[in-house]
Amino acid sequence: MREQILSIIERNSRIDLKELAVILGAQEIDIVNELEAMEKEGIICGYHTMIDWEKTAIEKVTALIEVRVTPQRGQGFDNIAERIYKYPEVNSVYLISGGYDLLVTLEGKSLKEVSTFVSDKLSTLETVLSTATHFILKKYKDHGTILAKKYEDEREKITP
Amino acid sequence: MRNPLADKVVDIKPSGIRKFFDIVSEMEDAISLGVGEPDFDTPWHIRDEGIYSLEKGRTFYTSNAGLKELKTEICNYIKRTQGIAYDSNHETIVTVGGSEAIDIALRAMINAGEEVLIPQPSYVSYEPCAILANAVPVIIELKAENEFRLTAQEVLDAVTDKTKVLILPYPNNPTGAIMEREDLEKIAEVIEEKDLFVISDEIYAELTYGREHVSIASLPGMRERTILINGFSKAYAMTGWRLGYACGPRAIMEQMLKIHQFAIMCAPTTSQYAAVEALKNGDEDVKQMREAYNQRRRYLLYMFKEMGLDCFEPFGAFYVFPCIKEFGMTSEEFADRFLREEKVAVVPGTAFGECGEGFVRISYAYSLENLKIAIGKLKAFVERLRSQKRE
Repeated sequence: MREQILSIIERNSRIDLKELAVILGAQEIDIVNELEAMEKEGIICGYHTMIDWEKTAIEKVTALIEVRVTPQRGQGFDNIAERIYKYPEVNSVYLISGGYDLLVTLEGKSLKEVSTFVSDKLSTLETVLSTATHFILKKYKDHGTILAKKYEDEREKITP
Repeated sequence: MRNPLADKVVDIKPSGIRKFFDIVSEMEDAISLGVGEPDFDTPWHIRDEGIYSLEKGRTFYTSNAGLKELKTEICNYIKRTQGIAYDSNHETIVTVGGSEAIDIALRAMINAGEEVLIPQPSYVSYEPCAILANAVPVIIELKAENEFRLTAQEVLDAVTDKTKVLILPYPNNPTGAIMEREDLEKIAEVIEEKDLFVISDEIYAELTYGREHVSIASLPGMRERTILINGFSKAYAMTGWRLGYACGPRAIMEQMLKIHQFAIMCAPTTSQYAAVEALKNGDEDVKQMREAYNQRRRYLLYMFKEMGLDCFEPFGAFYVFPCIKEFGMTSEEFADRFLREEKVAVVPGTAFGECGEGFVRISYAYSLENLKIAIGKLKAFVERLRSQKRE
């Protein structure tokens, strides 16, 4: 039941609760209870909106920053990660296997704003050894949603 | 000049769907609930295998019966889902859709004048294919009170000493009805007793909700009397690839293969390569699509209940078959007015046999968003009809 609820609201968090109950063949009250429980347990962490900012008049740049750090004794990477994720302009921080340690995604109003953050805030952190910044030029698909293509039903309208 | 045409063909009525299709096509902004194919695209990894096969230059004929690898995968699939063992070399033919399999099975088994039992409402091609095979089609009218399942008594009532083949179209298009094991066991008894054969069209097998599909071929004694037909169109959303298959006893399959090799040569090669991938790695896709259909099915049944529209709960395919008798008009009138007044297309039940009168087929091979809009219009239409009736 939980898995089914999650797989639906992951794509459409605005779905009507009654409707969710109907399509899952469940009672509305049970759905409400499950949702509340999953919110409490921290399984559901928020109900966000997917926005294609490209289509608005608002300027935004998104950057992916690879960060190499020195892990600290007793803390591992957690301490440094926390120091990075507390900046509100930081969107996400992941610990990564492979050639570097942390992947930081960042949103800013301009290239300059992002590069200032990297040079002034990120690189100057004591344990940070190096950074590599990649700017996103175009988003084709985000969170499982294809941004470019609009769906059109090309099927014949009546078929046996 | 002489009449160039064969009477047999001229006498076949054009599909009832065709007429309706022409009206819908003229309307630009019509919403359709009339489609008999999945709304999903073929899963990308399957399409990718098709593309890859083209890149590799695999553009030749395959052997008549199909790629060895595909036939093996088909037999593995039937073994693991139905527990029936078929020999991939002699008992399996890859066909151009399930439709070709139906055609060649009938042509391989029927002598002129022998009778074929066709339960209706059902898919539009059984009757014409039977006629083209020089069979005499005998229609069994399925009943709403049996949830459109076929009963042993109905078969017995229709059997004569000329009866040879029963077509078993489950899960059913257009009703969404299924046959469960107990239902099939009773049919199997009659099949044995009357020495009949079965063409079991199981193209919607994977789209069975809340229970497992059972093939009649898996029942004792039935494997030797059954041609099992399935394909990739519905389960893997591959209608346009035109790929199906038939499995059955060697003696029949050998004759079917003759017709297939002379009339068709082989099924499309690209599609066959894609289908190997579908059977090898497509289970999760099927599961996800089935779950999506099931959600829509529940939504429609709930909405019908809300608006007081009489409909039995179908457990298969992607159709619901509500009864519209309360409005005092024919299926065709209902569909016609619904289209003109609300611009939503449904298919009159009569397109699937006369006994479909009083019902319409509504397909749920549409996104929930689109279904919601269309069902909102159905609700408005139904309420208007009821208030007009009261006046």
